[in-house]
Amino acid sequence: MPFGLLKYGLRRRYPARPDLPPEPDLRPAYDVVIVGGGGHGLAIAYYLAREHGITNVAVLEKNYIGGGNTGRNTTVIRSNYVTPESVRFYKAAVELYRDLSEELDVNLMYAERGQLTLAHNDASIRSFRLRAEVGKLLGTRIELIDPPAIRALVPALHMPEGGRYPILAGLWHQDGGLARHDAVAWGFAARAAERGVHIFQRTEVTGIDVESGRAVGVATNRGRIAAGAVVQAVAGYSSLLAKMAGFRLPIRTYPLQAMVTEPVKPFLEPLVSSAQLHAYVSQTARGELVIGGGSDPYELYSTRSTLDLKESLIQHTLELFPFLANVKLLRQWAGVTDMTPDYSPIMGESPVAGYWLDAGWGTYGFKATPASGRYMARAIATNRVPDILRPFALDRFRSLALVNEMGATAASH
Amino acid sequence: MKLLRCPLNGPRNISEFVCWGEVADQPDPATADDLAWTDYLYFSNNTAGVVFEWWCHTPTSYWFIAERHTVSDDVIRTYTMDEFRAIRRDGR
Repeated sequence: MPFGLLKYGLRRRYPARPDLPPEPDLRPAYDVVIVGGGGHGLAIAYYLAREHGITNVAVLEKNYIGGGNTGRNTTVIRSNYVTPESVRFYKAAVELYRDLSEELDVNLMYAERGQLTLAHNDASIRSFRLRAEVGKLLGTRIELIDPPAIRALVPALHMPEGGRYPILAGLWHQDGGLARHDAVAWGFAARAAERGVHIFQRTEVTGIDVESGRAVGVATNRGRIAAGAVVQAVAGYSSLLAKMAGFRLPIRTYPLQAMVTEPVKPFLEPLVSSAQLHAYVSQTARGELVIGGGSDPYELYSTRSTLDLKESLIQHTLELFPFLANVKLLRQWAGVTDMTPDYSPIMGESPVAGYWLDAGWGTYGFKATPASGRYMARAIATNRVPDILRPFALDRFRSLALVNEMGATAASH
Repeated sequence: MKLLRCPLNGPRNISEFVCWGEVADQPDPATADDLAWTDYLYFSNNTAGVVFEWWCHTPTSYWFIAERHTVSDDVIRTYTMDEFRAIRRDGR
């Protein structure tokens, strides 16, 4: 890429590179039909084409690509979970992100700034210690740090020693980082399309064709499409699509709200979060502060926002950075998230043969994008679920082998 | 603040309530097989539309049923348990 960039810079003219080739004609049949053109669906398409040579693939997106939760998350990338299964999986994602700008030839503005989670009580310190030890064992950079070390990392942080939310310790995860989320979706889309994958926007799936227990195609607003395999990657709406295929999922849909402030001078290098305060804050390269927090209190399929939740987010953010009180908000939004009982995703086979699940991504889907794409593609191409995905099978809810990550997702509860 | 009409306390701020999800019939624990039991424990209709849900007004610990649209967030009606059992009997 550096040479290409140099050559481009020395040119007399600067032709714009189209984001996507013109939309191809819809074929009557594809080897793989992927429902959902977000980061996950597009990543699966990209890795199917790149690593397995499967290019007779269609990605169907009912709206525009990357317009769902891919463009609504707070762009956090990290692997500081508590179960070895999760740490192993998210670590693979972090490692893929490191080289992804180069691989996709798109500047994702990936920045490994480190993530700091704050403990305000003894119970949090105990869980941090566990997470630090699990993470170290599996080769991630993570450690428990004391208040002076926290002060050195984030001098602007308000650090009360008493009161309701004293800062007692921190979980410092150097591998944590940020990336431009829309660029991830567009990068996967562009490179998948170059390899022959067909991407259709404004194409809504209205039914799944199942014949004697096997998925054989989809019905869309543009007609029926036959498929060798069907993959669903429709965060927020997973239950509705699974219902079309004829089964239920252990998923409940909740809105998750976030917001961003006007840009200010850079003062915050790491990503700072607090589970007790239900708030996490990061500063973008432009200087805006991205603020996220807990899910809505009850189920809803709507991206509306509420003043209640915004007020609590602001209140909790001001506990951490009181001087932000006069900073103005630029934008606020919400996404609808698939919440599973154990706060872990569902990847792999479904009760319908040839119908693959990439669902249950709750509040942690963006960080997993390249890993879920790569390993889901491997599962589909080889018809065998890779070991790294096996703990996240839908079957775990039947065998009671849950992967409990409730405490390590800073967003909900 | 959105208001929810509690059958006992009248209209109150929705932050005073907790939602316990769609009403689902519990299978008999003595006879249910693992499939039926895990279905009840973990799986959900996750309906996008009108559902009957358990709600509790926490300051008074009062449980009741709300009929709510999970896309528009409109609460159509709330029921005491007696009222809910009555409409259930009538086959709604």
